[in-house]
Amino acid sequence: MKRVSLLLSLCLVLAAAACAAAAEPIKIGAVFSVTGPASFLGEPERNTAQMVVDEMNAAGGLLGRPVELVVYDDETDVNKAVLAVDKLLKKDGVVAVIGPTTSGNTLAVMGKFAKAEVPLISCSAAEKITSPVDPWVFKVAPSDRHAVEKLLDLAKARGQKRLAIITVSDGFGQAGREVLKELIPAKGFELTADEIYGPKDTDMTAQLTKIKAQNPDAVICWGTNPGPAVIARGRLQLGLTMPLYMSHGVASKKFIELAGDAAEGLVLPAGRLIVAEQVAASHPQKKVLMTYTADYQARFKQPVSTFGGHAYDSLWLIAEAVKLGKSAKPADIRASLEKVTAFQGTAGEFNFTAQDHNGLSKDAFELVVIEKGDWKILQ
Amino acid sequence: MTFSDYLQFLLSGLTVGSTYGLTALGFTIIFNTTGIVNFAQGEFVMLGGMLGVFFLSGLGLPLPLALLLAVLATLLIGALMERLTIRPVQDAPVINLVIVTIGVSILVRGIVQIVLGKDTHALPPFTGSAPVSIAGAAVQPQSLWVLCITCGLLLLLRHFFSRTLWGKAMLACAFDRKAAFLAGIGVRRMVLLSFMISAAVGATGGVILAPLTMTSYDVGIMLGLKGFAAAVLGGLGNPFGAALGGLILGVLESFAAGLLSSAYKDAFTFVILLLLLFCKPSGLFGRRGFERV
Repeated sequence: MKRVSLLLSLCLVLAAAACAAAAEPIKIGAVFSVTGPASFLGEPERNTAQMVVDEMNAAGGLLGRPVELVVYDDETDVNKAVLAVDKLLKKDGVVAVIGPTTSGNTLAVMGKFAKAEVPLISCSAAEKITSPVDPWVFKVAPSDRHAVEKLLDLAKARGQKRLAIITVSDGFGQAGREVLKELIPAKGFELTADEIYGPKDTDMTAQLTKIKAQNPDAVICWGTNPGPAVIARGRLQLGLTMPLYMSHGVASKKFIELAGDAAEGLVLPAGRLIVAEQVAASHPQKKVLMTYTADYQARFKQPVSTFGGHAYDSLWLIAEAVKLGKSAKPADIRASLEKVTAFQGTAGEFNFTAQDHNGLSKDAFELVVIEKGDWKILQ
Repeated sequence: MTFSDYLQFLLSGLTVGSTYGLTALGFTIIFNTTGIVNFAQGEFVMLGGMLGVFFLSGLGLPLPLALLLAVLATLLIGALMERLTIRPVQDAPVINLVIVTIGVSILVRGIVQIVLGKDTHALPPFTGSAPVSIAGAAVQPQSLWVLCITCGLLLLLRHFFSRTLWGKAMLACAFDRKAAFLAGIGVRRMVLLSFMISAAVGATGGVILAPLTMTSYDVGIMLGLKGFAAAVLGGLGNPFGAALGGLILGVLESFAAGLLSSAYKDAFTFVILLLLLFCKPSGLFGRRGFERV
C-alpha cells in the first residue's frame, strides 16, 4: 500500500514537472472597458477574448504552449487604463496586448509600447492610432475615413451635392466630423450646415430646424446611441424629406429598437457582422462571420456585436503572427504582424504592411438599409 | 429664419425645460423640509423611467398600470432612502447629509446597471407619435402631455405647500426644526414625507419623459446637474421658481443651439446662470437673505 502511494505521488510530481517544462503559457494581455460608460463595447470584447483563448487552448494552444489571457477592466477611465497597461508590461510580462476599448484610452497608453517593445493591437477606431504609424501599435477597428468614403460614393451616385452634417460632441463624433469636413469639399460636395449636439442631449429639433432652413440634398449624422435615434425621430417630427445617412456607430439592433418607425429606410455603412446571414456564401469573410456568430451566441446567449468582433480579430491575428514567425517573442510577433496578408477577420480583410497598421480598406464596410425593423444589404 | 422656426425653438426648449423643471421641483421639496440638497434626485427620475420599462416590457403589464407601479415603487424607494440613510445620521451637519445623498445616487445607479442592464430604452408615447403642427412648428403629442402634467403637478404642490396643514408643517420644519418640534409637528414624519413626495414627483417626470428622451441607468447624472442649476436659477426653495427656472434654462439652450452655435449651447446657458448668480445670488424668484439653520 505504502509503495503504491509512493509510486503514485512520484508519477504526479513527474507529470507536473513535465507539464511545466513543455508548456509554459504564452501570456496575452487585454485592457477592456468592461464597466463604466463604454461597457456596452467592453463587455462583449472581454467575453469574446475569453472564448477565443478557450478555443485556442482546446485546439492545443499555440506552438504547443497553452495561451493565458490576463484581462484588466479600465472602467472606461483613462487613468485606470494607464495603470493596467503598466501592470501588463512590467509585472505580468505579456507578449502582446489587445485593447483598450475606447480611442481616448488607446491614445493615452500607446506611447508605452515602443519603450517596452511589446506590440499592441487596439480595438478602438480613432485614425490617430495608426497615423502616423507607430511600429508597435496596430488596430483592427475600421477607420471613419473608410465609412465616410463609402457614404460619399453613394451620395455621388445618387446625385446629391449639398450635404449637411450633425455630429455628437464626443470623441467618436468629433473624429467623424473632422473627416467629414475634410472629405466633403475634397470630393466636390458642398457642406451647407455643420451642427453639433451633446452625447446626453434629448432633443435635437433646434439643430434640425436650422438644417431644414438650409434645405440640403442629404444629411449625415455621426454618433452612437441614443442621440441618432432622437435625430431620426426629430426628422419625422419636423417633416424633413431629404435622406438621412447614419454612421457605423449605430450598427446595432438597439438603434432600430430605439428609433422605431423613424429608422425605416435609413442607410448606413456597417461591418458585415450584423448582416452575416445575407453575405453571399462565396464571400471570403462568410466563414469567419458565421463561425463567430454561432459560437458567441451559443456561449453567451446574446447577439454578437461589431465590438466583440474586434477582440476576435485581434486575438486570431496574434495567433496568425505567432504561427507565421514560429515564435512567441514580442519582437517577432510585431515583425510577423506586418507580414499578415489576406487575413479574413470579422471586420474585413486585413493586409498589414510596415506603412499600414490598420490593414483594412473601404471594402470592410457594406452599405445597409433598415427595412421592416431589420438590416438589409443595399444593392 | 422664419417665425415658425423661432416657435420651433421655443416649443422644443419648453419640452426640454420641463425635464429640468420637474427635477428641480423635487430638489425644492426636500430642501424646503430639511435644508438638504438631495443629489439623488436625478436617480428618482431615472428610476421612474427604468422601472416603467421594466414593468412594461419585463413583466408585460399594460402601459398605465406599469407607469403607476413605477411611480409607486420609486416613492417606496424614496421612503427607504430616508429611513436607511438619512434618519440614522439626522443630527449630522447638512453638508454630511448632502454627501450621503451623493453616495445613495451612486449606489442606486450601480444597482440599476447590474439588475436592469446598461442599455438605453424607450417607452411608447401615450397618444401616438404623429406630430401636431402649431403655426408651422411641429410638436410631439408627448411634449404636450409633459407640459400639461408638469403644470398640473406644479399647481398641486403649490396648493399643498401654501394651503394644507401638512404642507405648512413641512415648511415649518425647514425654518426651524426645533421650534416646529415644540409646536407639535412630527418632524421625522415630515422629513420622510418630503422624500416620498419628491421621489414620486421625480418618477412622474421619469415616466412621462421616457417616451421622448429615452432612458438608461445613467440619465440621472445629467438631469440632476441641470435640475440643480434650474433650482438655483429659480431660487432654491421656491417650487414655482424651480419649475420656471427649468423652463428658462431649456428655452435658453434651444435658442443658443438654434441661433448661435450648437457646439456651445451648454456654455451659453451656464454663462448666463453664472452672470445671474453674480448679480442676484438668491436666484430669480428667491427671497433675499433667506437664512437656513
